[in-house]
Amino acid sequence: MFYRQSGVYHTRYAADRALWPIPADRWQVLALAALALAAPLLVSSLYLGSYLMPWMIWTAAALSLSLLMGLAGQLHFGFAAVMAMGAYTSVHLVRAGVPFELALLGAGLFAAVIGTVFGAAALRVKGLYLVMATLAMQYLVDWVIVNVPAISGGAQATLRTPQVRFLGLPIQDLTSRYYLALGWTLLVTLFFLNVKRTSFGRALIAIRDKDFAAAVIGVDPFRYKLLAFMTSSFLGGVTGAVLAFCYYRAVTPEQFSFNVSIQLVAMVLVGGLGSAVGGYLGAGFVLIVPIVLTNLIATLGASQWIDISQNMMAHLPLIFYGAMIIGFLLWEPLGLAKIYDNTRKYFLVWPFRHSRS
Amino acid sequence: MAYFLELLLNGALTGLMYSLVALGFVLIYKSAGVPNLAQGALVMTAAYVVWIFTSYGLPLWLAVLLGAVAMFALGLLVERFLLRRMVGQPVIMVVMLTLGIEILLRGLVPGILGAAPKPLNAGIGLSPVIIGDVFLNRAYIVGGVVALLLIGASLLFFRTRLGTKMRAVSDDHLASWAVGLSVERAIGLSWGIAGIAAVGAGTLWGAVQGVDWTLSALLFPAIAVVILGGVDSIAGVLLGGLLVGILGSVVPGYLDSYVGGSTRDVVTSLIILLTIMIRPYGIFGREDIERI
Repeated sequence: MFYRQSGVYHTRYAADRALWPIPADRWQVLALAALALAAPLLVSSLYLGSYLMPWMIWTAAALSLSLLMGLAGQLHFGFAAVMAMGAYTSVHLVRAGVPFELALLGAGLFAAVIGTVFGAAALRVKGLYLVMATLAMQYLVDWVIVNVPAISGGAQATLRTPQVRFLGLPIQDLTSRYYLALGWTLLVTLFFLNVKRTSFGRALIAIRDKDFAAAVIGVDPFRYKLLAFMTSSFLGGVTGAVLAFCYYRAVTPEQFSFNVSIQLVAMVLVGGLGSAVGGYLGAGFVLIVPIVLTNLIATLGASQWIDISQNMMAHLPLIFYGAMIIGFLLWEPLGLAKIYDNTRKYFLVWPFRHSRS
Repeated sequence: MAYFLELLLNGALTGLMYSLVALGFVLIYKSAGVPNLAQGALVMTAAYVVWIFTSYGLPLWLAVLLGAVAMFALGLLVERFLLRRMVGQPVIMVVMLTLGIEILLRGLVPGILGAAPKPLNAGIGLSPVIIGDVFLNRAYIVGGVVALLLIGASLLFFRTRLGTKMRAVSDDHLASWAVGLSVERAIGLSWGIAGIAAVGAGTLWGAVQGVDWTLSALLFPAIAVVILGGVDSIAGVLLGGLLVGILGSVVPGYLDSYVGGSTRDVVTSLIILLTIMIRPYGIFGREDIERI
């Protein structure tokens, strides 16, 4: 009963290659999916709107970035700019009367095109230079958004997202917005899980591990790197649109600043590069831990346990953030996904110490 | 014409001060091959440290000297306890680690010492220097001269015995090891020296724009400087700094009124992008970065 591999004997390749070959894992995934679907009934609207939904959307963003950083091994420090392009495109398309479904698609396509243009410029180089080129892209996109009034509605302006309907259903109240976000995140997750099993995904992994070795066996690095940039930017653009319509319900340039890019990279790294579970864990961890710890310290400060200044309180999230990145890099470079994996493997054979093979 | 000259000269002087920030970056990249994204935060920390010493009533020269000692120690500590553990890891991990240090310092230092901008009086005075029709910022002149001196000093330093050792280490870790040079010590030393360079940059920039967290944003122009000049070249820092400073002053001087401001970041971004597209190793850099 506890030995979860018991009775699992694959006789066909299809069964062996399934996403979750072990029944216990399948049940776990199903249970989690059911919980996510029933969440509007289970948790209060405060938690649904300000914790669960942002967690889902940021997970989709982290997975999009993880496709580029984890699978293809390309650094991207301007992913917030990609999301900003998606968000602004979708808002303007909807305002121009385009149906929401098409606007989402258009957001992804526009982000993919611009993202690929910058990718192409940057792809002749790698490592440090790629970081700098994407950083420059972040600044350029930010500047264009702020300084072109037709896009931002003027500097410091907030552009409210219009009323939309998705497949005939109005996206208005919290529940419908939550389900849209959840649906998109599940879609991205399924894509992410499956892309690793396609020739495309394997080509990306080959390039990540050694690009000239990949070129020798016939994988064109330039083409696949461009495709990786394009896919990742498309997903990021749509995620930006979903973020704007479901969570913020208004777009301002500050929502997609450089700090957000760093936050996204931190999510991917803390969660674990190139891991779907890592996307969920990393996004949740990076979003929630600073809030929880800041609240904890605020409570301690209020009850006179420790003396802490207002100024220090304001800087605490930043400090946790830096400490978190440093800590994970030093002690668990593969991130939360590795911790999860170790735990899972331990319980896979529990109560025994070793597995069969 | 006077307007152009004013922009040109002030830009060149600012550029020299950017070079000073970039100097620390190049020193570390040259010896350890680590792109140090925390250099901006080190500059900020150095400015805070100098400010602490002056706020105890110490004269500026003593505060700078003590600050140099403190930042040298901080550089050594960062290298010994954080960066050395990352040897052999992929570059993304190292970049992220320096970014983590950047974020941590940017939270910790203003968090403890106060986020409000603090004046750092370098005794320079505020009245501009007027040459003909051209108004020059007095602080920039002092900054430019000090930057030139410090960059010259670091060029000379690489001709000393210790500097030669460090050049050898930056050239080839394994070969230096084989002939008995301590690679760890050279890399640690380069972090220490980068800390001292940060004190120079922090004092000058702190005197110009006050001491607060925005000093860490100097990282971005500094990166443009190193990319343009060549990431492993000290002479490149000088020329790159001048170019970035001049372009970042002249172009906004003429364009800002048309497009609504802050074109300086755009110029900096474009310098980075164009350099990477046309000549990724920079003006003086070694031509050994990989291209695919």
